[in-house]
Amino acid sequence: MSAATTSSAPAATTDPGYNFAYLDEQTKRMIRRCILKAVAIPGYQVPFASREMPLPYGWGTGGIQVTASVIGPDDVLKVIDQGADDTTNAVSIRRFFARTAGVATTEATDEATVIQTRHRIPEKPLREGQILVYQVPIPEPLRWLEPREAETRKMHALQEYGAMHVRLYEDIAKHGRIATSYDYPVKVNGRYVTAPSPIPKFDNPKMHMNPAIQLFGAGREKRIYAIPPYTTVTSLDFEDHPFTVQKWDEACTLCGATDTYLDEVVVDDRGGRMFVCSDSHHCGERQAAQQTETAAPWKGAAE
Amino acid sequence: MSGMDARELPLLRVREVARYHGANLGCRNVSFDLWPGEVIAVVGESGSGKTTLLNCLSAQLEPTAGTVRYNSRTDGLQDIYRMSEASRRMLMRTDWGFVHQDARQGLRMRVSAGANVGERLMALGARHYGDIRGEATDWLGKVEIDVGRIDDMPRTFSGGMLQRLQIARNLVTKPRLIFMDEPTGGLDVSVQARLLDLLRELIADFGLSAIIVTHDLAVARMLSHRMLVMHRGEVVETGLTDQVLDDPHHAYTQLLVSSVLQP
Repeated sequence: MSAATTSSAPAATTDPGYNFAYLDEQTKRMIRRCILKAVAIPGYQVPFASREMPLPYGWGTGGIQVTASVIGPDDVLKVIDQGADDTTNAVSIRRFFARTAGVATTEATDEATVIQTRHRIPEKPLREGQILVYQVPIPEPLRWLEPREAETRKMHALQEYGAMHVRLYEDIAKHGRIATSYDYPVKVNGRYVTAPSPIPKFDNPKMHMNPAIQLFGAGREKRIYAIPPYTTVTSLDFEDHPFTVQKWDEACTLCGATDTYLDEVVVDDRGGRMFVCSDSHHCGERQAAQQTETAAPWKGAAE
Repeated sequence: MSGMDARELPLLRVREVARYHGANLGCRNVSFDLWPGEVIAVVGESGSGKTTLLNCLSAQLEPTAGTVRYNSRTDGLQDIYRMSEASRRMLMRTDWGFVHQDARQGLRMRVSAGANVGERLMALGARHYGDIRGEATDWLGKVEIDVGRIDDMPRTFSGGMLQRLQIARNLVTKPRLIFMDEPTGGLDVSVQARLLDLLRELIADFGLSAIIVTHDLAVARMLSHRMLVMHRGEVVETGLTDQVLDDPHHAYTQLLVSSVLQP
């Protein structure tokens, strides 16, 4: 969790044994066509011929194929897993593209042009020209109550979305509030009900009218969908139980932020715990800014 | 049709409906009109084509020949197999109800009783939790299910309760036409009797029309105004229920009526 975190890999180290960004050109072309269709129909799941990738299903095979298809030699790649840049999966995928595409990598959200993510949207607002690639395990939001693919497609086509509210109704009946806290169903562009992938509902409002392109890849389920820039994304709710995001009583132990998504970390076996930002780069940046000031109250806890 | 008052038209007009399963006959040459507020029972032995006919009428199985036309609220008599799929499915979850013999087929077993009743409301765009729950509570009361069970899973319900829950789930949108496939099958006689009482009340209260498939002549006598007797895929006798049961003309109907034990 070091502060200034840009560590660009030299662009000249592309492994000559691989095609640029691992996938062959025909595959990338096929995936790009699917992405174009997905962008044209916001929230609609486009089937694609998902390839075997050199990592297991569930580790981001969909996201990695989308990234491989949109990335160019001049792009700067950031990969996060649960908000952190330094987790195994994030490090491996970043190194994979540094090796096969020779692209520069970064941990800084504002320096990246392509951000592949699992479970989070970065805290720092995205800007035009950036692409956010989500790894999606289950792209079909209706799957939990309708196992037949033919039927769910028909439900999407005819906008039969009453069943989604049955799920929210059950939550309120059981818990007194909508207890769904991740993969919270959204309606994109007023048309398609879409799974936002397992991001916390805390991040749902960030999807709305986002200037960046949001692409979703599900490798095992062989689906790609997209939310183009400046598209409305509304979270489903009831009039008397409106959508709300998670709140914490604590502030981040490391940087003191009160407006970020916090992870609870158990620090000993006597019930000790602390809350820290899940977005490691955002947290590090805030700590660095505080250290340059004269008073740095969290300096001791930073490393 | 357009010049006629909708009240002069039947709710459902069935003409020359036939359905073959490959070379085998399901049913053929079935024609009748169902009028608003009327209950028709379709009786006959197993394999006589009752269920095939019901599926043809309820838009689940396209007939090989013939037409099924429904008098929709807005457009008058419409061939249900010529409508767009969107409007047909809309019809099926608003204006129509379907009560299965096995309540498990008609219910979502993984969500609570309240959600089961509320689903159709939510499908029609109800977005106020309190209102949906109020309506569900109301309907559980109407079908004599303890409202304290509203958050219980259907799997904890008895067979009779499941069937009543299925009825509530169907009636919550105040449909005009309800299809029932052996609604009392698999229930013991005292539960059957209560269910029949309930159905008769609901049908009278809401002015429902219904088509009930049953092999139980007692159910037909109690619920229906008219009867169709089916045998080998064809309607062999039709008439007012009392008239058919008390004075059967066709040899098969006579056999059917005489094979029931008179207590």
